[in-house]
Amino acid sequence: MKTPSNTQRFLNTGLGVLFLAIMLFPVYWMVNTSFQGGGSAASSSFFPTEPVLDGYRRAIDQQTGNLVTSLLVALGTVVVSLAIATPASYALAKFKLAGSNIVLFSLLIAQMIPGIVIANALYTIYNQVGLLNTIPGLILANATQAIPFAVLIMTAFMRGLPASLVEAARVDGAGYFRAFFSIIVPVSKNSIITAGLFCFLFTWSDFIFAVSLTTSDEVKPVTLGIYEYLNGEVQSWGPVLATAVLASIPAIGMLIVAQRYIAAGALGGATK
Amino acid sequence: MTITPTPSEVRGPESTPKGRGPRPFQLGDRTVQWLFLAPVVIYILLFFGYPIVKNFQMGFQEYGTAAFVSGEAPWVGLDNYIEVVTGSLFQTALTNTALFTLGSIAGQFIFGMLLALFFQRRFPLSGALRSMLLLPWLLPLIASTAVWKWILDQDNGVLNQTLLALNLVSEPVPWLTSPDLALLAVVGVNVWLGIPFNVSLLYSGLQEIPHDLYEAAALDGATGWKAFWHITWPSLRPVVNVVLILGVVYTLKVLDVILGLTGGGPANSTQTLATDSYNRSFVEFSFGTGAAVSNILIIIALVFAVIYLRASRRPVDE
Repeated sequence: MKTPSNTQRFLNTGLGVLFLAIMLFPVYWMVNTSFQGGGSAASSSFFPTEPVLDGYRRAIDQQTGNLVTSLLVALGTVVVSLAIATPASYALAKFKLAGSNIVLFSLLIAQMIPGIVIANALYTIYNQVGLLNTIPGLILANATQAIPFAVLIMTAFMRGLPASLVEAARVDGAGYFRAFFSIIVPVSKNSIITAGLFCFLFTWSDFIFAVSLTTSDEVKPVTLGIYEYLNGEVQSWGPVLATAVLASIPAIGMLIVAQRYIAAGALGGATK
Repeated sequence: MTITPTPSEVRGPESTPKGRGPRPFQLGDRTVQWLFLAPVVIYILLFFGYPIVKNFQMGFQEYGTAAFVSGEAPWVGLDNYIEVVTGSLFQTALTNTALFTLGSIAGQFIFGMLLALFFQRRFPLSGALRSMLLLPWLLPLIASTAVWKWILDQDNGVLNQTLLALNLVSEPVPWLTSPDLALLAVVGVNVWLGIPFNVSLLYSGLQEIPHDLYEAAALDGATGWKAFWHITWPSLRPVVNVVLILGVVYTLKVLDVILGLTGGGPANSTQTLATDSYNRSFVEFSFGTGAAVSNILIIIALVFAVIYLRASRRPVDE
């Protein structure tokens, strides 16, 4: 193949920037509108030439509690999911246990079960045991999305660890648990971080469990806060999209700070 | 990833059981090993096994508000399924689910493929641009849905204003309020959401095609379109299968986009099996029929799950 000339290469960069601009236009529009005031549903101008913070003021006023709820649920789901998934991944990757394949297969299938199916049954169960409208209830429900993903991605990584790594520690007299915490966890750090980041993002974005398993104003994730804005007639888009921007900050932050983990997770989710 | 422990560092000379086959386990090892797996097994049983069984059971029960008060849900046999399947909404929801899924997958895949091929060219900043492209995929769906609802707004949305300014339409298009257009608009938004996922999987698939293949083909005069057809496409087939089937499975689940944009309306024109199941259970509080619809949905999803497992296993075996 012939190597492209410099002009061609920069032409491609220009095209790439153009494609990206089209794809990211809605994100720009979200930020743009969030800085425009006006109580009516008047159209937004293309640039926030006179930025106002009214939207953010109202968003913070109405949604701070919901943002905190989302944060607690997301962090809780990360902790619970990793606590369950990390040892499981190690066992699935390195111990030849009889049921391993069944567990892996169940998790693959579990990933594909629509959330509404789980939510439908969980509502009735939660209603009996008092987990509706609670943060632990949401954490356990969100783990249904997080755990399968975390196990699949970490198992794939841990399969690549040399067996000798643990053998040495075992021979030195370390039990399985010490070997796990002092060797497996540290060397698997990258895949654990990737899994944790995605558990966080999945849960932070969760809508189905928020909308089905909470009915009160005390425990209401921010996604549900946005949905309630959309559900009524929207009077002013400033606060709605200011909330959307606030809800998007974790995703944007992670793409900037933890890009390589995100790239790894984007592929790992599907290709195992 | 960056873990490369050299064997000599981690293995003492006497400690390796050589030539004895697998390392001998002490008694009780299995039990300890099972302890690592036990939490996930318990979780699967409680949060997947039990809900699926419960849902199956609820499909045969009259499970309305009364059931929550009294704790007794009478058995009604196949009544829920009969009510659902013979209801006027079922045909609509089924057709919409098919159209929504097919339209979304086709759009996501075609644009995803074109962008993946484009990023194959080497040019300055391509890596950075490619990773920024992931952004729509990472944002909370409901946040993206919110801005799209504003963009598609009939009177003040930027899409109609642009189309009017360019004289492409003579009056504002009722994207989300016309029963003829709403499904198309919802598919469009879902395509936008799915492009990043398609690009990243297809791009990584393209990277794995050995370069020599293209060089050999170029010697035979196959470049451009011919090279794509004879080399890229056949080599990419396993990845394409995975992308398409996962796309179907994920699209069947979609709830937030539709509920946020149209709520299933206008006139049920964007109602799918997922939104129908949600409405029955959580709006009308008829969990029995809601369960019936979601059991139908789960069967459709499982069919594709099985196809996926077959498709994704093949490249591993080879």
